[in-house]
Amino acid sequence: MDTKATSQDWLYTISPKKKLIDLNFKEIWRYRDLLFLFVKRDIITQYKQTVLGPLWYFIQPLFTSIIFTLIFNNLAAIPTGNGIPSFLFNLAGITSWNYFSSCLSGTSDTFKANQGIFGKVYFPRVITPLSVVFSNLIKFGIQLLVFVSFYIYFVFFTDKAFNAVPQTAILLIPIVIAFMGLFGLGFGMIISSLTTKYRDLTFLVGFGVQLLMYASAVMYPLSYFKEKVPDYAWLVEYNPMTTIIELFRYMTLGIGEFSMSKFLYAGVISVAFFLIGLVIFNKTEKTFIDTV
Amino acid sequence: MKANEVILKAENISKQYRLGLVGTGTISHDLNRWWHQIRGKADPYLKVGESNDRGTKGGSQYVWALQDINFEVKRGEVLGIIGKNGAGKSTLLKILSKVTGPTTGEIKTRGRIASLLEVGTGFHGEMTGRENVYLNGAILGMTKKEISSKIDEIIEFSGCQRYIDTPVKRYSSGMTVRLAFAVAAFLEPEILVIDEVLAVGDAEFQKKAIGKMQDISRGEGRTVLFVSHNMNAVQSLCTRVIRLNNGKIVNQNGEAPDVAIENYLLENITEEVIKVDLPEFKVQIKNKHIIAYKEPIVFELNIQNNFKEDKQVFIDFAIVNKKEEFVLHHRMYAKNQSLNIKVGQQKIVINTQNPNITLGEYSVVLYIYDAFKKVLFWKENIAVFQIADLNKELSSIPFIKSHIIPEVQLKQV
Repeated sequence: MDTKATSQDWLYTISPKKKLIDLNFKEIWRYRDLLFLFVKRDIITQYKQTVLGPLWYFIQPLFTSIIFTLIFNNLAAIPTGNGIPSFLFNLAGITSWNYFSSCLSGTSDTFKANQGIFGKVYFPRVITPLSVVFSNLIKFGIQLLVFVSFYIYFVFFTDKAFNAVPQTAILLIPIVIAFMGLFGLGFGMIISSLTTKYRDLTFLVGFGVQLLMYASAVMYPLSYFKEKVPDYAWLVEYNPMTTIIELFRYMTLGIGEFSMSKFLYAGVISVAFFLIGLVIFNKTEKTFIDTV
Repeated sequence: MKANEVILKAENISKQYRLGLVGTGTISHDLNRWWHQIRGKADPYLKVGESNDRGTKGGSQYVWALQDINFEVKRGEVLGIIGKNGAGKSTLLKILSKVTGPTTGEIKTRGRIASLLEVGTGFHGEMTGRENVYLNGAILGMTKKEISSKIDEIIEFSGCQRYIDTPVKRYSSGMTVRLAFAVAAFLEPEILVIDEVLAVGDAEFQKKAIGKMQDISRGEGRTVLFVSHNMNAVQSLCTRVIRLNNGKIVNQNGEAPDVAIENYLLENITEEVIKVDLPEFKVQIKNKHIIAYKEPIVFELNIQNNFKEDKQVFIDFAIVNKKEEFVLHHRMYAKNQSLNIKVGQQKIVINTQNPNITLGEYSVVLYIYDAFKKVLFWKENIAVFQIADLNKELSSIPFIKSHIIPEVQLKQV
């Protein structure tokens, strides 16, 4: 047999995974069509057989903003700044929070929700959470259009939005959006890996995400929270999502201030979460089918 | 590309599973494992574990579903993997298709592996047939370009042209399977791993599927690993067969299909069900294990009569198929025939005409009683055999629902 002569040039090896990071980017690239098809599937199947169809993408953030404005601004009288309509303030917060939270909850049950497919066929598992992040990005894009429409309406057709001015830092907005996605994805991958063994986390994610929203300065400005509840303000301040949402509002509406350190803080945390998530996800991917 | 080149090599593959409930005591085991790992020591739970035998109750919480599996596959070979339920076939398949990792060992390949453990993985009911072909193809590892170039062939092979732009949830289950198999049939990996996916669909489609499989393995020279319970499919498709038992390979380098199937059938005899077995009346049976279609079925009985007197006996036997249905049942009592068994040793040959019994595996029930209807011997599963299409009298593999294939003459009048 000629095994000796050619024993070096094996193309693939299947072995127990030992390395910390064992990502095969070439392989992921080869499966890019699958990523695209997963995104397409998520988009076209979500609102099949509904009357309003994709209109739901608009309705959800709109109604939430209306309720938030009624409760938090009209009833609880939280100030959103002079010359900035509370509705616009809330819409900005909710749109960006929605992207993060849908990435997080969408990826956090990757293994459990896909055990049928994962148990039968191999493809780079990372494709699945990535597809969630991309299909949510499209959803986010649509919701951003809603935000922009209302923005234009308030600025040009009313005199309530005289202080809502986009800042030059808006050029960095794609990076801020990437932070949201990476943070949600990383966090989600960590949770999805842990839930294969410890189901308790599934329950935690459900209400944890909701609680986190209240600690992320979605419906109030960080400065107001600091002023009213100074003892616990650090909790909100060091929450990276607060930073991201405040950055988003600063860039689009000109509320608050911009600091490079905050921008870097959000970036480092998001990338760190993403990398840790990737490592844990990778470790779990080989054996999860035995434990899930 | 050499014809005789080893395309896949498995080295010391083992797989350990934890028994009982996952969740109790896992954190403590995980922590202990992690503690050993950071000190550079071996996993403490890998030392324990027993071979996987369902029947016996072991003391350990860990069990080896596979242990030290070594084998090689050459380019163009069709390797069959057979074994009883729980022998480790599915686990091996899962490792080969990268669904789960081995606990120890390595598999090295010189080509892409695509696995078909199921057809229609990832089908989405809300999407049309065409959209699902793309999605399923991509899940199985094809690129969009590859699928686009084959889409017409796939649709034609599936026979679902009319429904191709209708959501799959409106399909009958048979149509879904056809479409799913059609996608799989046009996969072109170097190594194809196939589970018993053929046990689906109607007879016409099964025949088409097996035909396609034969084309893939013979005509196109693809390397195939095929796991099945269907001995006739194994016999007609495979070039070499390895047998698994309790997580280990029984025949190290594999055997020719005929030999492997015969040994596999013999392995099953150990599961014989003893109903009556008197020390005064011992019976042993010998038979051929692979019998050609239409070939007479012959059993040789070795009877040891330890009673003090000769016995006038009736011998009944039945040939039972996999579904435990009686295919043939012979009763001497009904025909008023009896046999005199003298004290001591005696040999009896039962020669049964084979009324065109369908291909498949069969077992034998033997029942011997005396003139007073006192049972002297009664065993189920005492012998096993396979009826195979050795002389190629049937075209391909017939999917015939009846036990017996009638010979029919058609005449125009």
